[in-house]
Amino acid sequence: MPIKVLSPGLATTVQDLGRPGYYHLGIPISGGMDRLALRAANMLVGNDEGAAVLEAVFMGPELEFTSDAMVAVTGAELPPKVDSDVREGWAAFEVKAGQTLSFEYLKSGARAYIAISGGVDVPVVLGSRSTYPLGALGGHEGRPLQAGDELPLGTGGGKAGTSVPENLRRGPGMPAELRVLTGIYWYRLTEEAQGNFFEDTWKVAPEADRIAYRFRGGRKASFVDREPPFGAGSDPSNIVDGCYPYGSIQMPGGTEPIVLHRDAVSGGGYFMLGTVISADMDLIGQLQPHVPTKFTEVDMETALGARHERHALLDNIREAIG
Amino acid sequence: MASKQILSPLPGTFYRRSSPDQPPYKDKGDSVAEGDVIGLVEVMKSFNEVKADTAGTVVEFLVENEDPVMAGQPLVELDG
Repeated sequence: MPIKVLSPGLATTVQDLGRPGYYHLGIPISGGMDRLALRAANMLVGNDEGAAVLEAVFMGPELEFTSDAMVAVTGAELPPKVDSDVREGWAAFEVKAGQTLSFEYLKSGARAYIAISGGVDVPVVLGSRSTYPLGALGGHEGRPLQAGDELPLGTGGGKAGTSVPENLRRGPGMPAELRVLTGIYWYRLTEEAQGNFFEDTWKVAPEADRIAYRFRGGRKASFVDREPPFGAGSDPSNIVDGCYPYGSIQMPGGTEPIVLHRDAVSGGGYFMLGTVISADMDLIGQLQPHVPTKFTEVDMETALGARHERHALLDNIREAIG
Repeated sequence: MASKQILSPLPGTFYRRSSPDQPPYKDKGDSVAEGDVIGLVEVMKSFNEVKADTAGTVVEFLVENEDPVMAGQPLVELDG
């Protein structure tokens, strides 16, 4: 029995853990921006961790249920309501047939993950149910939800009251700190610009989205003089086209760092000064516009250690939920 | 007369007019009906209209044009 979308929120999309394996063909990995929150939401309602959920950004949708289901909302603090009763985040609760799930104003973070027992059963496209709106691929008709949509559900179980202990929940920091490994084009920046990048406090630009997070407010970078390589053009922030990794940081014209995220393009002609480490990518998905952000330089060992810690945190959540 | 507030539904950048060469949607002293647009919030490359969920007369705007706003932040104070 489907869920009816009464109002869609701002840009609510169906997402799972993503669509790896096609990035070299220009199809991004997509999937939830905060994958830890997505996995936890699924665990709470008894789903596979990679089941499809709804990712709501800044504003929740209004959904009418036509059959009983278990629901959990994790990630951003976007308090869910069943009819007019507020429910707790990071915990499973029941929504009965005929009831409406809606949300209060966003209190912190940016993206909430709404898992429903059985998962959102849209067709699998290239191995994933994730929506890639730019390519009109996956999810519900390849686009964000609209009023009047009906979403099919799988069948599932789950137990009301199951919750993630508070010490295992993760929200955004304030100010945010993003750890960075510098990359093969780092040498293009002057020593002064290299120092400024890590010293300055940047702010999330309002246009930040699933494709990339843009930051502004730091000093303009200067580049080491060079003879432009063939095909790169005269702008010192250009390179001969290269592959863009997930998490890579461009700085077109040396002005605003742009961190590529789940729906990013896979290649192009901007230099990348480095990448945000994998352990901090979930956090980016929880940053609101104007949040002050510092980039911190780390080495490979620290980055791998942070990834290990992230995996351990996930294991602890699995254990706590059982 | 009770005082009421219109809250921002979204975080982003607040604008009081539809484009720089247009007059503000509402000014101090204007009457606002439920459903009237009182401003725009820009976020994720889109401009989202903020509609009044209550009626009244504008006492004052609590944020300036182009101010950053948070979700749930009061934007306008109304009387009536």
